[in-house]
Amino acid sequence: MRTISGEAVTQAVRQLFLSACRMPERGALAAIESALDKETSAPAKEALRQLVENARIARQTGMPYCQDTGMAVVFVELGQDMRIEGNLSEAIQEGVRRAYEEGYFRKSVRDPLTGQNTGDNTPAVIHYDVVPGDKLRIFAAPKGFGSENMSRIAMLKPSDGLNGIRQFILDSVRIADGSPCPPVVLGVGIGGTFELCALLAKKQLLRPVGSVNEDEALARMERELKDDINALGIGALGLGGPNYCLAVHIAKYPTHIAGLPVAVNFQCHAARHGSVTL
Amino acid sequence: MIELYAPMTQDMINSLKVGQSVMLSGDVYTARDAAHARIADMLQKGEPLPFELSGCGIYYAGPCPDMPGRIINSVGPTTSSRMNAYAPLLYDLGVQFVIGKGPVSGEVRNAIVRNGAVYFAAVGGAGALIASCVTAVEDIAFPDLGPEAVRRITFSRVPLIVAIDRYGGCVYDNR
Repeated sequence: MRTISGEAVTQAVRQLFLSACRMPERGALAAIESALDKETSAPAKEALRQLVENARIARQTGMPYCQDTGMAVVFVELGQDMRIEGNLSEAIQEGVRRAYEEGYFRKSVRDPLTGQNTGDNTPAVIHYDVVPGDKLRIFAAPKGFGSENMSRIAMLKPSDGLNGIRQFILDSVRIADGSPCPPVVLGVGIGGTFELCALLAKKQLLRPVGSVNEDEALARMERELKDDINALGIGALGLGGPNYCLAVHIAKYPTHIAGLPVAVNFQCHAARHGSVTL
Repeated sequence: MIELYAPMTQDMINSLKVGQSVMLSGDVYTARDAAHARIADMLQKGEPLPFELSGCGIYYAGPCPDMPGRIINSVGPTTSSRMNAYAPLLYDLGVQFVIGKGPVSGEVRNAIVRNGAVYFAAVGGAGALIASCVTAVEDIAFPDLGPEAVRRITFSRVPLIVAIDRYGGCVYDNR
């Protein structure tokens, strides 16, 4: 049976976060540059220009693009025909710990009630899937909370239908307004149960910006929602214009005959993630 | 481009109009959620504050840890609305301007008008760009809060937008 050491996992996680925390993914940066070209609002144009300049300075200096280097979210696809030597979860936490220390990234994780900072940005939030094969795939997604705070979930009724879903998403955008650091990517989950719906939305943020949904109906829905959201005119950084939303990414899952869960996860313009297969 | 120097004269604040792009130079104090909670607590107990509120500027920000060779690490603004509960009192106690990001409550806007103050928006997420506009940093209070500690930072020409002017004009209304 194929075996991977815990230390190899730690090193892979460390490397993923060292790189992801510094810079948004290529697709997001390209989308920001193309948003700048079609911007109509003067203050939003200035803000987008600063974001392009910010990426240049971050690249040149090694400083993170955004100081909110996030809470570490990790998705693991564990091949059922392999084994890990040691404690897999602890190996991942150690990788996160090392990356945030060595990278001079902000330690933003605290006890929710006492407020005590944990000091090393752990614990990470880890989601496991067991999959066929003998490979280990790890996705790293540092998540800032300016955008996370604007995320919402609703248990709609089946009679609310597509229109109800659409309304909920547009309402969520109106409530979020300029706070989640637009231009945003919206991850949307439809169906499943309460917790799976939120997870579907979160996972959609791992998709590269600019990728097209393989499901044709969802791909059309993504395009239409993006246009409807941008037509609200909230704009980049809330400063007006047509560039609130870079992309909408939707996933669905069968649900119970009595329900219609829908979740919206906001991702700011610092759309940061990476993955590796061991 | 309008050049501003903190502390600003009242005439200078009065001349600012919503939506204008400005370059600000001078000192501000970083304070966000936890530092505001402490300051509010100290005010309630009548304890002396670690810095003079009257005439000062507050920057809602918590930087990344210091890295070798840089004056300060990435330091963009955080969401201003989380400080809605504290901001009116601080404006009433003489805070001249705040730098943050995003919309704030009607109570905060009223406090800005009442006190002839101003609210600037920095570009959310532009942490590296803003760090490159910092020329000096000094630790002031609450080091145990880590990234949320209060520091005095000196800006040289940091780019901002007038988000709420002293007359109550708000950039988030004009869309």
